Amino acid sequence: MKLHLNRRYRFAASHRLHSAQLDESENRRIYGKCNNPYGHGHNYVVEVSVSGAVDPATGMIANLVELDAFVGREVLDAFDHKNLNEEIPLFREQVPTTENLCVEIFRRLRAFPAARLDRVRLEETGLNSFEYAGEPEESNR
Amino acid sequence: MVYLTRKIEFSASHYYNNPAMSPEENRRVFGKCNNPHGHGHNYVLEVTVAGTPDPTTGMVLDLKELKEILEREITERMDHRFLNYEVPELAGKIPTTENVAAVIWNLLEPKITRGKLHCVRLYETPDLFVDCFGDAP
Repeated sequence: MKLHLNRRYRFAASHRLHSAQLDESENRRIYGKCNNPYGHGHNYVVEVSVSGAVDPATGMIANLVELDAFVGREVLDAFDHKNLNEEIPLFREQVPTTENLCVEIFRRLRAFPAARLDRVRLEETGLNSFEYAGEPEESNR
Repeated sequence: MVYLTRKIEFSASHYYNNPAMSPEENRRVFGKCNNPHGHGHNYVLEVTVAGTPDPTTGMVLDLKELKEILEREITERMDHRFLNYEVPELAGKIPTTENVAAVIWNLLEPKITRGKLHCVRLYETPDLFVDCFGDAP
C-alpha cells in the first residue's frame, strides 16, 4: 500500500530579493517591491511529505513526535523570526526567493532517518507556493 | 485522463494502543493519543477518481453515484463512531491516519467501477494528512 504522510509547519521570516550580479536599477526592475533594502516578511507554511512502510507495531510511517522534532531542529529553529539574508549563510550568496528556500529546506530535511523525504511544498503566502522533490538523478537518502 | 475529487467530512474518536507493548511503552510511543478514553477529530476525506469523460454525459463518473458510495461506505461506517471499537475493518489495527486511509482505500476501490480510484487523502487535522495510492507502483 503506497502511503505518504504530510505535515504542515509554520515560520515567519524576513528577506530581501536582491542579486549581487545585477545593478541597482536592474534589481529594482526585476524584484520590484521585494527589492526594498529594509526587507519585508512572510508567514511561511512548510508542507513536508514523507513515505515508507507502515510499522505494524505503531501503525505509523513515522512517529510525529520524531518528525516534529527533526523539522523543528533543522528548519523552524533556524528560520523562524530570522532575517534570511543576514542570518542564513547560504543566502549571503543566493537570493532568498521561495524557490531557493524550498530547495534549501528539502536539503536540510533529506537526512530524516525514520522515513523517505518525498517532497517539500513551501507557501510564501496563501497565494504563492513552490514544491521541490529533489532531482531525478539523486537519491533522497 | 481527468481527475475528479469529492470531499466529505466525518467526526470520530480513537486512541492508540498496542496490546503487545507495556503500558509505559504505549505511553512513550503514543503520548496523549494513548488515553484509553479516546479523543476525536473532524476528519476531512478527499477522494480522487481518474478517468476519461464519457462522450455522451461528459462525466468521468456521476458525482451523485460517488456521493452515495461515500455516504454508504464511509459516513455510515465511521461518522460519530469510536474507530477502535465500532469499525470492524479496523479491528486489531491501530487507527492511525495511515491505517484509516488504507482501510478507506480498500473499502472504496472495489465500489468505484466507473473511472479508477486514484488517491484517498485523509486529513486528521488541517496540518496532518495522509495520501494513499493503493498498490500503485
